[in-house]
Amino acid sequence: MDHFEVFGLPRRLGIDIAELQRKFYELSRRSHPDLHQAAPPERQAEVLATSARLNAAYRALRDPIARIEYLVHLEEGRDTREGATVKPKAPPELLAEMLEIQEALQEARSSDQPGGLATEAREALVVQRERLMARYRREEVRLVGPLTEAWDRGGAAERVGVIAAFKEALAVRAYLRTVIDDLDEALGEAQEGHVSHRRH
Amino acid sequence: MSRIVGIDLGTTNSLVAYVDESTGLPRVIPDHDGQALLPSIVSFAREGVLVGAAAKRQLVRRPESTVYSVKRLMGRGYEDVKEELCYFPFKVLPCEGIVKIQIGSREITPPEVSAVVLKSLKERAEAHFGEPVEKAVITVPAYFNDSQRQATKDAGRIAGLDVVRIVNEPTAASLAYGLQRIREGVVAVYDLGGGTFDISILRVKGGIFEVLATNGNTHLGGDDFDRAIVVWLLDDIREKHEVYLGRDLEAMQELRLAAEAAKIRLSSDERTALTIPFDAFTYHREVTRAELERLIERLVDSTLLPCRMALADAGLAPSDIDEVVLVGGSTRVPLVRRRVRELFGKTPHSQLNPDEVVALGAAVQAHILAGGITDMLLLDVTPLSLGIETLGGIVSVLISRNTTIPTNAREMFTTSVDGQRTVDMHVVQGERELAKDCRSLARFELSGIAAMPAGMPKIEVGFLIDANGILQVTAKELRTEKAAAIEVKPTYGLSEVDVERMVEESFTHAEADVEARLLIEARNEADTVITHVERALGQGGQLIGAGEREAVATALEALRRARATDDRALIQTTTTELNRATEHLAEVMMDAALKGALASRRADELMEK
Repeated sequence: MDHFEVFGLPRRLGIDIAELQRKFYELSRRSHPDLHQAAPPERQAEVLATSARLNAAYRALRDPIARIEYLVHLEEGRDTREGATVKPKAPPELLAEMLEIQEALQEARSSDQPGGLATEAREALVVQRERLMARYRREEVRLVGPLTEAWDRGGAAERVGVIAAFKEALAVRAYLRTVIDDLDEALGEAQEGHVSHRRH
Repeated sequence: MSRIVGIDLGTTNSLVAYVDESTGLPRVIPDHDGQALLPSIVSFAREGVLVGAAAKRQLVRRPESTVYSVKRLMGRGYEDVKEELCYFPFKVLPCEGIVKIQIGSREITPPEVSAVVLKSLKERAEAHFGEPVEKAVITVPAYFNDSQRQATKDAGRIAGLDVVRIVNEPTAASLAYGLQRIREGVVAVYDLGGGTFDISILRVKGGIFEVLATNGNTHLGGDDFDRAIVVWLLDDIREKHEVYLGRDLEAMQELRLAAEAAKIRLSSDERTALTIPFDAFTYHREVTRAELERLIERLVDSTLLPCRMALADAGLAPSDIDEVVLVGGSTRVPLVRRRVRELFGKTPHSQLNPDEVVALGAAVQAHILAGGITDMLLLDVTPLSLGIETLGGIVSVLISRNTTIPTNAREMFTTSVDGQRTVDMHVVQGERELAKDCRSLARFELSGIAAMPAGMPKIEVGFLIDANGILQVTAKELRTEKAAAIEVKPTYGLSEVDVERMVEESFTHAEADVEARLLIEARNEADTVITHVERALGQGGQLIGAGEREAVATALEALRRARATDDRALIQTTTTELNRATEHLAEVMMDAALKGALASRRADELMEK
């Protein structure tokens, strides 16, 4: 049973979040282990499996980007870990800037100075970070906007193309995220307790 | 279903509660003196084990064998805690992934210490109900990882309890509030206890309590406030009395207790004074709330980043929060309240006693599990992402943080060499890219794979995080449909064999005579009073008349003689008599110390002018 089927939904990306949540609560009331503590062990194991499947499905479907990632996995089929579907890829039009940023980051890391960055270099990186964030948001808008609509509207033939476009956009997004995180780390040295967090 | 109690196993204090069938409301169970809070302190003496208030009285007398704040060590490795060990008077040693506490020639694990506290609460509940209590819901900080949760479960088993559920403290608190105050809306629970900090954000709707995100720091709490004060006092004492007390275990405990008491008074008062009689001198100093706030400001502010991260994970802004709830004794500190109010832009709730609310919520969850409540349901999350180490030490995430539990994930494994019979995997928990920066949970070895060419076996490994937030792993070879054998080597934690042994040892220990224990307690109390009076006579004997001095000496001698007997009642009455005989001396000494302090302050003021 895939995540869409858990909620009785067709394999479409346009999902009404309020409706999904309502259904999630309703199904939770039926299958949560807390409400079946007195059941025999086999029934409890069953309920645990159903509940775990429901929660994993809700997690994957409630966020529009995670939903797309899941759809790609589902459509591509997935075998061993080596067959991971999305590898981060630099956006081609930004290759020159990326090289520049990586150089600046390297410099910052090897510097002996506490904080690692001179004011000038720092300001330059802040500007770069803003540009990358804008590009990142643009990629997300493309994913949840036109591409999502294209999937829901398209027939089988068009959908193959949409999956390829999804993969491309997800790869670029993943790459931008890594660079932005690296920038945050370099810039955030002075911020107390800052930890670079992987986004999902 | 049999009775299930709710237990809050805290860093500083622990409690047990249940839901009263007649009112439907949760209630804490007090001890025979009417005290709800059991100090989470265990003192090991040659003659027996003391717990709670009795153990607390041993902190200064027997610092090396009196264990407090052991929650900070639960499920931890030596590397995790070595920085803070200098603050503990007892000796903590590394031992096969976990730590052990050395008491004389014995080595005791943190779960065994916690088990003594749990057992005491179990006995309290049994006395209250007049029947055995075998099942419990125990709370843990929401940000506790798998090892810390497992250690808590182990502690329950050693205490003879079937731990039917591990529940997160802030979510438990939300259940208590949900039953009584909050029906609908988005709630932030800010929980700052003795040793841990949690922030949880929930949506409450139609009886469902859905945790949206949680974050925290399992090493930040009131203990850290106390340490900051102690470090400051040590400097002050060095300046005034030219002595450094940092290595004097007894003095450090006196300082810690005085710092804690002053901190608590400063939650209601603008200024307070602390007076500590040491052997060579009496230390006196005034502390203002502003001074305290300067000392702890950095610590309080460090709780704000986890709050912002939880909000970001929930996809919410501070203004989206409808209600803020304060939990944990440290939220009585005015600076904490101020910061929380500033962050969320609203006045937080604190109608339910912040010391009791977690235990009350645990009782509600226990009642849900027992089938007594059917319209409330808690949907909690896993606080940390779960992943496996892949090539190059990179973590591949299988279950993201803040996923509702129970939840599962599946992963396919195969072999890389012809005829390979085993596959290893390393499971970690955390948010960093590299496995070495995450928390190692366990190494698994899949064995019994039939010899096949490389890449042919297909082993499906299922990861399941149960409703306790604890990981279970299963494996199946898909071609043969045979369950593969898995050997788990937990990185931090007790083996099944260890726990079994501890359960048995604990049962033999449980048969110890209650009367013998009470006698030890009475003797210890007598020892404490004798030491204090000897010290007081030495320092302040000249402040009272010869007749009074004589009377004190007689009472002192009487107690010394009683102490040598086995007569508990006699020891207790003579202790009370000696206390009474020295009341006036104590007053006179306190006056003298205050005058001395005032005189030195006047001198300071004159110098400034």
